[in-house]
Amino acid sequence: MNGGIREILLAAAIVVLAAFVPLVVNPYWLSIGVTAMMYIALCTSWVIFSGPTHYISLASGAFFGVGGYLVATGMSDYELSFWLMAAVSPFVALVLAGLIGWATLRLSGVYFVIFTLGLAEMIRNLVSWIQNNFLGSRGLYVLTDFTEAHIYWMLLGIAAVVYLLGWWVNRSRIGFALKIIGNDESVAKHVGINTATSKIILFMTTGFFAALVGAVIAPRYSYIEPNQVFSPELSFMVVIMALLGGAGRLWGPIVGVIPFTLVWEWVSIKMPNQTTMLIGLIFLLIVYVLPHGIVGRLEQAFAKMREGRH
Amino acid sequence: MDIIVSGLLLAGTYALVAMGLNLQYGVARIMNLANGEVLVLGALAAFWLYLNAQISPLLTIFMVGPIAFVGNWLIYRFLLTPLVRRSKNQGQLEVDSILATFGMSFFLVGIMISIEGGFFAYTYLSEPISILGSTSSLNRLVAFLMAVLIGGSLYLWLNHTRPGVAVRAVAVSTEASGLVGIDVPRISALAFALGGAVTAVGGSLISTFITLDASVGVVFTMKALIIVIMGGVGEIRGAIVAAIILGVVETAVATLIDPGLTLAAAYLIFILILLFRPEGLFGRRAT
Repeated sequence: MNGGIREILLAAAIVVLAAFVPLVVNPYWLSIGVTAMMYIALCTSWVIFSGPTHYISLASGAFFGVGGYLVATGMSDYELSFWLMAAVSPFVALVLAGLIGWATLRLSGVYFVIFTLGLAEMIRNLVSWIQNNFLGSRGLYVLTDFTEAHIYWMLLGIAAVVYLLGWWVNRSRIGFALKIIGNDESVAKHVGINTATSKIILFMTTGFFAALVGAVIAPRYSYIEPNQVFSPELSFMVVIMALLGGAGRLWGPIVGVIPFTLVWEWVSIKMPNQTTMLIGLIFLLIVYVLPHGIVGRLEQAFAKMREGRH
Repeated sequence: MDIIVSGLLLAGTYALVAMGLNLQYGVARIMNLANGEVLVLGALAAFWLYLNAQISPLLTIFMVGPIAFVGNWLIYRFLLTPLVRRSKNQGQLEVDSILATFGMSFFLVGIMISIEGGFFAYTYLSEPISILGSTSSLNRLVAFLMAVLIGGSLYLWLNHTRPGVAVRAVAVSTEASGLVGIDVPRISALAFALGGAVTAVGGSLISTFITLDASVGVVFTMKALIIVIMGGVGEIRGAIVAAIILGVVETAVATLIDPGLTLAAAYLIFILILLFRPEGLFGRRAT
């Protein structure tokens, strides 16, 4: 059987199995499951763009915040339905990502990284200002009938769609173009690839899904403040988990997110005051010790085993 | 007029900090995303020593400078040199150094939170003074003068001494300067350490008139990066002009609209630069 088809069948089987998780685990593990599923969706969409191009996007927190915040403000201030806001907010992020991509992705990669670095903080400042001066309220309520299990299933659905999209991109002309851009941008230009457009389109999909995840997870917090949804930490966590798994493969993030979420849960209980320092430390360890992630290590080991057999 | 005077005073420290980042990125080729955290560390040192030992921030900088120099030298030597060796090309080094310094920035924020979780608030020389008819405070003027003094000596050092010329040569081309007998790794480490020291001193100075906290570093990283890009990488005069523009625009936005929007103002300038002059106001177009 074709390797690509086998991969997608395996992924489908995992999705079906994962769908049963809320039925068998207790609420504590389900809440960890929701967190893990949120990061799987975010990291996979991050890898679709940043994996092949090596453009490190630190904007996940900003898009995630756009999703969460729009849902909150729509429901709280304008009494719109959750579904409407969850459907609209990803498109707002899509446009935002398009504009950012248009301004930065036509230039060298450094500008892009720098731009995304402060983005969440800047949008947070803007939103706080608008809220204080024009809307008048600070906190927003997101009240729905969703249980953790509903949120989990929605996130699982998003993760599955993102994975399928990534699988398709890998096989498509645009995915191929992206890989060439990642290897050598000037070669890509010379063979006639419109490098900027390819990068912008893929970056827009990343923004779209990050906002969708932010919108879907908003009911979990029920009370939302700009300071909480536009967090630079989220961008950091997405990069750390994606790199831990390995950004070179689409399934890398899944391998990274699950162990990291578990370890993180333990760390936040045992050492709640040292979390920022510890994620910094873990991040450095990954950059130095596992430059290609767990997936890279596994592939290295397999390659060695195969050599040993011959 | 008030805006221009306070904007110019603010620009002094901004220019100093941007000079530090310029040394790190322009010479050592390390895109340092932890730059703002080094700045905040300098601020924290000034705050802590003033509060616990009543040491004037103007004396603290003579302690902060050397310590930051050694600290940044060690970071370059033991954490960044392996990345320089590992990378096959400039692009790879850029990605690796961005990731590594991004990790360091969180590590430093964590350390600072465990030392002081709240605001680094203290008052030092906050008497009002009058400059050209507009009222400002003494600490702003003193910080500005110190920044000009330090930045000026650094500029003279770069232009009129042998090691300074070597630093500038490495900025132009690592390969060529290696060929004429310059010890590139040594000069890069020196530039990185010097850049860190200047940034930390800038932080101590800023803390006398702006209240910082442990997690505000990213804002200063952004501002320094925007100044460096606006001025053109490696262009010290460009960075000074850029710092003045940013200082004045920021002060204008803070006084006329809202003090919470200074980062948004910086972003606005950044977008304009990216759209119209990505090589910087004084940078040469890449051929």
